[in-house]
Amino acid sequence: MAPSLEEPIQPVDDALDSHLRKQPALKAAPPEHCPGPESEQAGKQDACAGCPNQAICASAPKGPDPDIPIITERLSGVKHKILVLSGKGGVGKSTFTTMLAHAFASNAENVVGVMDTDICGPSIPKMMGVETETIHVSSTGWEPVWVSENLGVMSVQFMLPNRDDAVIWRGPKKNGLIKQFLKDVEWGEMDYLVVDTPPGTSDEHLSVNSFLKESGVDGAVLVTTPQEVSLLDVRKEIDFCRKAGIPILGLVENMSGFVCPKCTHQSEIFRPTTGGGRQLAKDTNIPFLGAVPLDPRIGMSCDYGESFFDNFGDSPACEALRDVVRNVAEVLGMKGEDVLPLDD
Amino acid sequence: MSLQDIKHIALVLSGKGGVGKSSVTTQLALALSLQGHNVGVLDIDLTGPSIPRFFGIESAKVRQAPGGWLPVQVHDGQEASDKTNGHHENGQEKNSQSGHGALYCMSLGFLLANRGDAVVWRGPKKTAMVRQFLSDVHWGPLDYLLIDTPPGTSDEHISLVETLLKSATPEQLAGAVIVTTPQAISVSDVKKEINFCRKTSVHVLGVIENMAGFVCPNCAECTDVFSKGGGKAMATEFEVPFLGSVPIDPMFIRLIEEGKAPVYPEGTVVDGQDMHQNGEKSEVGDEGLLVEKYARCSLCPVFAGIVRGLVDNINVTAG
Repeated sequence: MAPSLEEPIQPVDDALDSHLRKQPALKAAPPEHCPGPESEQAGKQDACAGCPNQAICASAPKGPDPDIPIITERLSGVKHKILVLSGKGGVGKSTFTTMLAHAFASNAENVVGVMDTDICGPSIPKMMGVETETIHVSSTGWEPVWVSENLGVMSVQFMLPNRDDAVIWRGPKKNGLIKQFLKDVEWGEMDYLVVDTPPGTSDEHLSVNSFLKESGVDGAVLVTTPQEVSLLDVRKEIDFCRKAGIPILGLVENMSGFVCPKCTHQSEIFRPTTGGGRQLAKDTNIPFLGAVPLDPRIGMSCDYGESFFDNFGDSPACEALRDVVRNVAEVLGMKGEDVLPLDD
Repeated sequence: MSLQDIKHIALVLSGKGGVGKSSVTTQLALALSLQGHNVGVLDIDLTGPSIPRFFGIESAKVRQAPGGWLPVQVHDGQEASDKTNGHHENGQEKNSQSGHGALYCMSLGFLLANRGDAVVWRGPKKTAMVRQFLSDVHWGPLDYLLIDTPPGTSDEHISLVETLLKSATPEQLAGAVIVTTPQAISVSDVKKEINFCRKTSVHVLGVIENMAGFVCPNCAECTDVFSKGGGKAMATEFEVPFLGSVPIDPMFIRLIEEGKAPVYPEGTVVDGQDMHQNGEKSEVGDEGLLVEKYARCSLCPVFAGIVRGLVDNINVTAG
C-alpha cells in the first residue's frame, strides 16, 4: 500500500457524526480504510470492495442509535453531568475526579455518582478504596458500588475476575461497555455524575460524548500539569471539545510546585516553561479553576483508598482543591460556599 | 519490508499514563546512542504524540521516499575521537568527546499540520496507521528500534503486537520494557500490562521504576514524591527483571523543555561521578546536540546502567 501524506486526519465532524448512528453487527474485522459501518458511505467505498461485511454495511439502517433515548431516560434523574478530561495520562484526572466526588459528597444532601470510562486502566475503585467490590445485578439494572451513603461508583474493575487481569479490548467493545454503564446502571436520582476518562481523544471520548449529547452535559473540566509536554496534549483535547461541542468548564493545573518537607523550599518539578496552565487557559480563553500543589500525601491517600480531605484537611493542597471545587460549582451556576462551606 | 535491517525491536509499555514512557524511551535511545548503537524511535501514541517534543524536533516534517517515509534524523552517527578508550566496561568513558550512533524518529506529530490539532480516530483508523508505521518507514540498518506506546491495552497495542508477531522474526522482537512509578495506583495498572504481555506472548525485558524520589535542589533532601519501592516489588512478584530506579531530575526536565545543558551545584555525585565537575570540564553549551547535553545529565549514568542490563537481557533472549 502506498503511503499518503496528504490529510491523514479524519475530519472530527465525521467521526462524531458516525458515532451517533446505530452500528450493524459485523462478521469480520473492518478493513484498514473502513469508512465505519455506521457511516453514510458504508459498503460503497473502495475499501469496502471484497470486504466480507460489505452487504451488511450497505443494507444496514442508517438511522440514529435507538439506545440513545433509553440512556436519556435512564439519566433523567441526574442533575449535573461533569466530564473530567485531559489529553495527557497521569496528570491526575482520576485523583481529581475522586477529590471532586468526595467534596460534593461531603454535603450529606448531595447524591454523587462516579463513572470510570477508563476501561484498560481503571483507577477510581482503588482510589475510592472499593477495589475488591463486585457489581450487583437486580431486575431494574446494575447497582453501582456505594463508597458511602451518598457516593456511588461504576467501573470495569468491578467486573474482572482477577484484580490484575488485562482488559485487551478494541474500540467497539469498549464503546459497548460504556453504553451499558449509561443504559443499564441504576443511577437513580443524583445531583452529580462525574465521568472520569482515559487519556487521549479516541473511542471512549467519542462514545461518552455522543451517548450523553441528548441528555445534556454540563461540561468538561480539563486537568493538566504545568510542563509543555502535557500542555501540548491538553491543547489537542481543547480542540476536540470545541469541535465536539462539549462546553469547557475550565482548566485545573495539578502538580504545580513542590514544597520540600525538610527545608520548605518550593521547587517546580514540572517547570511551567511556557506559562503553565494559567497561560494556556488565557490563550484559549477558558476559565482557570486553580492550581493544586504536588503533595506526596495525596498520592498516598489514593494508594490506600482514603479520602485526602478527611486525613489531611488542613494542608495547602487540600485548601487549593477546595477552592477548585468551589470554582467548579460557580461555573455550574451555583454558589461555591453552598457546595463546600468555608471553614471559618 | 522496512523492519528487515533492524537487529532488535523493543517496546516501551505501561498501563498507566504519564509515568514517563516517552521520557524513558527518549533516555534509552540517547543512552543506547551514546554507547555507539544506531537507534530508531517509533512513537505510536497517535492521539498524544510526545516524542517530537522530547527530542526538540517539533517543527520537523517527514519526507516521502519511493514506497515509504523517511524518519526524521535527530543526529548523525559519529566515530569516537579517541578510539583507544572505547572499550571500557563501565561505560563512563562516554562523555561528550566520544562517539555516538545515529538516532532517528518517527511520530504522527510530524504529520500534523498544526501542533494543537486533535487526532480523533476510532480503532480501525489507528490500526491502519500503526501498520503503516511498521511497514512503510525506511529505517535503514538499525541496532535497536524502540517503540513508544500510548497508555492502556487497546487498539494500538493489539495492532502493534499482531503486526510485529507477523512481520518481525522472533529474534528481532526482543520484548517489552515496562515503565511504572512507585505508587500503588500506577503499579495496579501496570500489572495489567504485564498480563497483556503474557497473554500475547511478548517477552518482558524488565521493569523500570520512574519518578522514584526527588532531590530538593536546595537542601539535597530526597523526598519520595510518588511513594517508593513499588516497581521493584512488582518485578519480584511477577518474576521479571528489575532494570533500575530513575529519580526525578529537574535538570533533565529543563533540558527537554528549554534545551539548556544541565548544571549541577557543587557536591552532586551520581554513581561516583561528580556531576558538577563533569559539567565544568565539558565545552558543550546550550547549542550542542541533545545527546551531548544529555551526557552531562545526572540521569545519564543511571540510564547507562539500565541500558547495559537491558542489552544483556536482549542478547540472552536473542540467544
